[in-house]
Amino acid sequence: MTPAPALAIEDLDLAYRVRGRDVSVLHRLSLRIGPGESYGLVGESGSGKSTVALAAVRYLPPNGRVLGGRVLVAGRDLYGLAPEALRRLRATEVSMVYQDPGRALNPSIRVGEQVAEIFRLQGLPPARARDRAVEMLARMRIADPASVADRYPHLLSGGMQQRVAIAMALSTDPRLLILDEPTTGLDVTVEAEILELIAQVRAELGTALLLISHNLAVVAGVCDRVGVLYAGSLVEEGPTREVFDTPRHPYTVGLMRCLPQGGRRKDHGRLDVIPGFPPAPGEGAGGCVFAPRCGLATDRCRAEAPPLHDLGGRLSRCHYPDLAASLPRAAADGLPASVVPDRSGPPILEARGLGKTFGRVRALHDVSLALHAGETLGLVGESGSGKTTLARLLLGLVAPDPGGVVALDGRALAMARRPDQRKALQIVFQNPDSALNPAHSVRRLVGRALVRLARVRKPDRAARLLGLTRSVQLADRYLELKPTQLSGGLKQRVAIARAFAGEPRIVVCDEPTSALDVSVQASVLNLLAELQARRGTAYLFISHDLGTVRYLADRIAVLYLGRLMEIGPSERVFSGPHHPYTASLLSAAPVLNGGSGGRVRLEGEIPSAIDLPGGCVFHTRCPRKLGPVCEREEPALHPGAEPGHEIWCHIPVGEL
Amino acid sequence: MTGAAIILFWVVCALAGPQLVPYDPYATDILGALAPPSARHWFGTDQLGRDVFSRVVVGARDILVVAPLATALGVAGGVVLGLVTGYYRGAVDNGLSRLVDVLLTLPLVIIALLALAAIGASTATVVVVIGVVFTPLVARTVRAAVLSQAALDYVAAARLRGERGPYILFVEILPNVAGPILVEATVRLGYAVFTVATLSFIGFGIQPPSPDWGLAISENYGLIGGGIWWIVLANAAAVASLVVGVNLVADGVQEALAT
Repeated sequence: MTPAPALAIEDLDLAYRVRGRDVSVLHRLSLRIGPGESYGLVGESGSGKSTVALAAVRYLPPNGRVLGGRVLVAGRDLYGLAPEALRRLRATEVSMVYQDPGRALNPSIRVGEQVAEIFRLQGLPPARARDRAVEMLARMRIADPASVADRYPHLLSGGMQQRVAIAMALSTDPRLLILDEPTTGLDVTVEAEILELIAQVRAELGTALLLISHNLAVVAGVCDRVGVLYAGSLVEEGPTREVFDTPRHPYTVGLMRCLPQGGRRKDHGRLDVIPGFPPAPGEGAGGCVFAPRCGLATDRCRAEAPPLHDLGGRLSRCHYPDLAASLPRAAADGLPASVVPDRSGPPILEARGLGKTFGRVRALHDVSLALHAGETLGLVGESGSGKTTLARLLLGLVAPDPGGVVALDGRALAMARRPDQRKALQIVFQNPDSALNPAHSVRRLVGRALVRLARVRKPDRAARLLGLTRSVQLADRYLELKPTQLSGGLKQRVAIARAFAGEPRIVVCDEPTSALDVSVQASVLNLLAELQARRGTAYLFISHDLGTVRYLADRIAVLYLGRLMEIGPSERVFSGPHHPYTASLLSAAPVLNGGSGGRVRLEGEIPSAIDLPGGCVFHTRCPRKLGPVCEREEPALHPGAEPGHEIWCHIPVGEL
Repeated sequence: MTGAAIILFWVVCALAGPQLVPYDPYATDILGALAPPSARHWFGTDQLGRDVFSRVVVGARDILVVAPLATALGVAGGVVLGLVTGYYRGAVDNGLSRLVDVLLTLPLVIIALLALAAIGASTATVVVVIGVVFTPLVARTVRAAVLSQAALDYVAAARLRGERGPYILFVEILPNVAGPILVEATVRLGYAVFTVATLSFIGFGIQPPSPDWGLAISENYGLIGGGIWWIVLANAAAVASLVVGVNLVADGVQEALAT
């Protein structure tokens, strides 16, 4: 007899009761995870993927109701268990790791104590439980586990907290480990370490995994099999490599095309998008759930819901799985020819010796860079590297430390800027929920920007407003709505319209797509590329996602702990020779088509910005540290392989 | 709902009281003084033979003018002060916060009492004094709400458009702190009713011979020992019901805004 699967979900129908009505979130969902197997579940927000995780441990919110089907963990029907049996099952067979480890750990108990508690519950005496806890932390590749065990969670970095959370989850030696977006809030280098840890630990312990993520690349690196969830239905399932290489459902095909992967750049044309919006939960009857957005949909698709076709080891919920790859492109081609930025003239925006100290925190130190008309300067670096501080300094929202200069057209800007200077430099913020006043309508948000920045007089205002909102592809019917009534992508379009109201020459984009789903991100990136091509606007584009930066940026600046490590033409920074830190960032980014050829590992954690390392700030983690010179002397700028490429490192360019 | 009904009842009493009541609340009847509740006098009569029921109903008038006015004054002042200190921070903010800390250590009534003793008690001064005492308390709540809003990017976006301070405070931030202000206002109204009644009780509020609840309790509580309980009971019940009514509404508002 074969052992029971670690998790089997059979025809699960699940609804949330909202205002006396059942809103269906999962329809006839079936999946099976064998013992020791790792299964990835991907989907965009609202697809129901977190509900699957909660249903698999019977931890649904009070209004969640199972309408049909079964969930079996290690062969036992979860929803037929008595409370005590359920508790025992959760204590021994299944564990869960959540997205935000800061909230999953108890802030008032030392982490070693929290891990030891699990061993005590298993009946170990306190001293023995504590030893086991430290052992477990050591297994999570935590250096000096005994001292970490003595700390409170808030003293640990996000990556370290997540290791502790994983240690706790694995302390019961579960048969199934559920990870719900375990690396979403983490930096790429930390993410890479956590994913590596998960893969290693799984190999050692033989635990089955359910990894839930919106990030296809994260799943690609860790999972044997993958399921694609759309609007509460599993639309495709199969071995990870096969699904991502040759997707057999139009949704998966579309999703893959949205990604700025494999070195795609704005001058290669637009990213593809998935038109329309996913159905609201509980909406949509009859036919294929994806039909309204599918370029291949026929009358049959709209009338008859497709079953899950078995394609020999893989499944697709499409009537025409063999045609999926021929899904027509949804984005119009023919992007207006990208302006090749002219860097021979003087820069429009320049920063010289810019620094910022907040109390004892040295957020930014001696950063100089220049931006030319029509070009995009990508700004990358991990959290705490000073990206956002630099943006705020350039915009004049905070004053630089004495000596730092921001110059527009060669003229230094004062803190109090003239109207024409304000108008020249605008921003699109990361989070539109924070950036758009929730009390104002779209018409008012954009209209006020036209009044203040473009000085549009009353008679022209309505026409200009429509012109502007249409240029960001915002339908007229949204004008009277408040931001809270709009989806994330629409909100970001409003924010973009507002930034462009005064026809700025420079727009700072501070992670404008990081809060958006992949398919929405693609359309926002397209829009930014198009506006730039039409109007010749220069962008300072901040992002932690290298694929996105590569798509849009002409040049890239790499920041670490408030200092520039490298700056140069985009393709040069990607191809090398590059700074050791850039190399580690590049190799840490998860990629869809596997093949992570030898990752450059970073040792230790990002040092505190209060107590910066001397010499080169990167020396504490640098895999190519030369020796004492790196600790003593701050490296001077080295010209890179071509003009305009500069690297701050003691290692000669030829050897990088 | 219940709270609103109670308040509505007293508002009707305040507006139409004189037309509704069976007796002239000022008419004395020395021979019928201190009569216990009966079919003729539902809540009995007081020392001067005035009908207690009529005086309780009409007594709603003064308190329902004074308390809301004082609250409105305190909220208006507190909103402005809270917006300014929460957005600009700095020295004014520090000074005000210490002042509020001091005020919070003293009971509301003591401060009001001191001020009224200094400037003399009248209906107008009661309104002003309670309003002024409320201002820093409301400001504190508003300031806290403004602090979290001021950190949001829409404020930065407004600054980048070159908006002036007053526009940012009143057009951008104010609508987004309206919820906490509304809650604060209803809570303060409850305190105001209580404070007005207390001040009247100790003789610094509404002056005799006006029919007022606090005043009536103060004039008659000595009689309870002699078995004359109805005057105090009727007036105390009136104060209590109004305070409870206002607080129920405050709870309701808070709940409605939380969802």
